[in-house]
Amino acid sequence: MAEQVGGLTYTILDADKMTAAEIYGDVLTQIGGQRPEIVALSADLAKSTKIGKFGEKYPDRFFNVGIAEQNMFGVAAGLALAGFVPFVSTFAVFVSMRAGEQVRTDICYQKLNCKIIATHSGISFGQAGTTHHCTEDLAIIRSFANMTVIAPADGFETAKAVQASVDWKGPVYIRIGRGFEPRVYTDDKFDFTIGKAREMRPGTDVTVIACGTPLVGAVDAADFLKKNDGLSVRVINMHTIKPIDREAIEKAVMDTRRIITFEDHNVIGGLGSAVAEVIADLGKGCAFKRVGIPDEFSPVGYPDDLYHHYKLDSEGIIDTVREVMGKEFEEDEDWQDEF
Amino acid sequence: MALSDKELKTLTEKAHQIRKDIIQTLIWSGGGHAGGALSQADILVALYYKYLNIDPKRPDWPDRDRVILSKGHGGVGYAPILADKGYFDKELLKDFNHTGSPFGMHLDGLKVKGVDASTGSLGHGLPISVGLALGARLKKKDWLTYCIMGDGEQNEGTIWEAAMAACHYKLSNLIGIIDNNKYCIDGACEDIMCIEPLGKKWEAFGWKVIDSDGHDYTKLCPAIEEAITYKDGPCVIIAHTIKGKGVDFMEDVAAWHYGGLDADKTKKAIESIDKMYANK
Ligand SMILES: Cc1ncc(C[n+]2csc(CCOP(=O)(O)OP(=O)(O)O)c2C)c(N)n1
Repeated sequence: MAEQVGGLTYTILDADKMTAAEIYGDVLTQIGGQRPEIVALSADLAKSTKIGKFGEKYPDRFFNVGIAEQNMFGVAAGLALAGFVPFVSTFAVFVSMRAGEQVRTDICYQKLNCKIIATHSGISFGQAGTTHHCTEDLAIIRSFANMTVIAPADGFETAKAVQASVDWKGPVYIRIGRGFEPRVYTDDKFDFTIGKAREMRPGTDVTVIACGTPLVGAVDAADFLKKNDGLSVRVINMHTIKPIDREAIEKAVMDTRRIITFEDHNVIGGLGSAVAEVIADLGKGCAFKRVGIPDEFSPVGYPDDLYHHYKLDSEGIIDTVREVMGKEFEEDEDWQDEF
Repeated sequence: MALSDKELKTLTEKAHQIRKDIIQTLIWSGGGHAGGALSQADILVALYYKYLNIDPKRPDWPDRDRVILSKGHGGVGYAPILADKGYFDKELLKDFNHTGSPFGMHLDGLKVKGVDASTGSLGHGLPISVGLALGARLKKKDWLTYCIMGDGEQNEGTIWEAAMAACHYKLSNLIGIIDNNKYCIDGACEDIMCIEPLGKKWEAFGWKVIDSDGHDYTKLCPAIEEAITYKDGPCVIIAHTIKGKGVDFMEDVAAWHYGGLDADKTKKAIESIDKMYANK
């Protein structure tokens, strides 16, 4: 499986033996061989985030700065100012909050070519608890001007996002889970363009928009509902949260008039909010529901249990779609001409 | 306050039991921060079974000494001590890390009695401790604040911001203890981000520095006593420890920062611990 974007190639061998994070570590290492300007940094989490793979191959271009995230993002900014393209990886909570200001002021303000791979996002690090969960980063990071925000759904998509980010001008935030999440794609033979949502399932009754880990449940739910309820559920993979694909959302409003969002993030400020902004701007009526973490700190638990608890797995998504479809939604005759 | 032979025996026996409780909790939890839990064990045992002015029946007693485990990933080694002190039923530890349990890898102060602050993000404990020490002074209370830090954690800038503040405010009611086990996650501190000369750094920040063995109570207890009696400013004990102390296959092995135990490893771990104490 070879892929080409901007002349960059990589091959994912043994994908079945690798977690999502291992795949990106491997792909970044391969791309690093083609681009000497790429450098990598971590903060005593080289092994946990898998960016250490790059370090093993290119020790001279890898900086493990110790447990010092604020320093790390400042150092990355300096390396970018010196003409390098830093890839920085640590847990999402430490990117967006511990070093939030360095990311905003040192990197985004100066439009630096720094690529961030934020791992263990959302509630994917279930048993570690709130200090290591991160259900706020989309809200925080997408409010930083100049930043591009991507939440890939699995290892293959993460590899594509990493590859696409290399030649994308300016800072990029790639948000992934702990790395053990199930796959949505079976291989890497699919198009990935930053800012362009992917329709995973066509549908006309309701649109489900998801990003990251919940996407796999959304796809399964759509297949189930088609077979069992005769429902036509459109599933959109909104892998890029910013710049968001307005067209895909507007089209979903017009075509299905019902939209539900699913994300491993607080319902405040993340994917659901970003979609709501587009719907509100459009000014057309649309039944709408956001599903995510309902503005609370998640309990401790196994990630799968927590996804179930917050209705982010296929069962929860099926329930929510049925609930939304069961509600009266006033169809307005001249709706198309409004505004 | 000097350590009597009887006290030495009590502390040693307690540490033996706590190390085995830690292994048990690691099994129940399905894995955890084994290395750091075992390196910090003797420091916490000394504090909890000899020095702290606390009342487990009144965890919210306003005049209690405060303990901030700034290296919050040591929770799996801290909870068994709190259980043993009677803050909660030891049986509850069976659910450590399980869905819905009050106990996650990093202890939540709102859910676990005896935990004075929720920690887990490194570099937060010392600033919080400075605030507690200032609070005690404002209230004209003489309780002490102990802050247990990791050596890798010394990389964080907030530690040094707080160190500067503690000196500025001459916080003699604040005692820092560094579990200096020489390792962080990715390897030896020396290779990842060198913290030496650590004692000189703390001295330069205006702290009294006491170097001590972090496992030998005949050294550690006098060090703690010196820190308690020192009244000219903040004091830090650099406690030299061994990561994974007591379990031979974990000692000084970076990979045992976090790990799980199967039946065979459990048996070997307990044997190793018993062997270490058989010689004492
Ligand atoms: C701010 C922050 N960055 C990273 C981590 C992830 N982390 C957990 S433990 C650890 C290593 C800690 O090393 P040290 O302080 O020496 O503790 P010990 O060896 O006693 O376990 C790291 C990097 C964290 N918990 N907090």
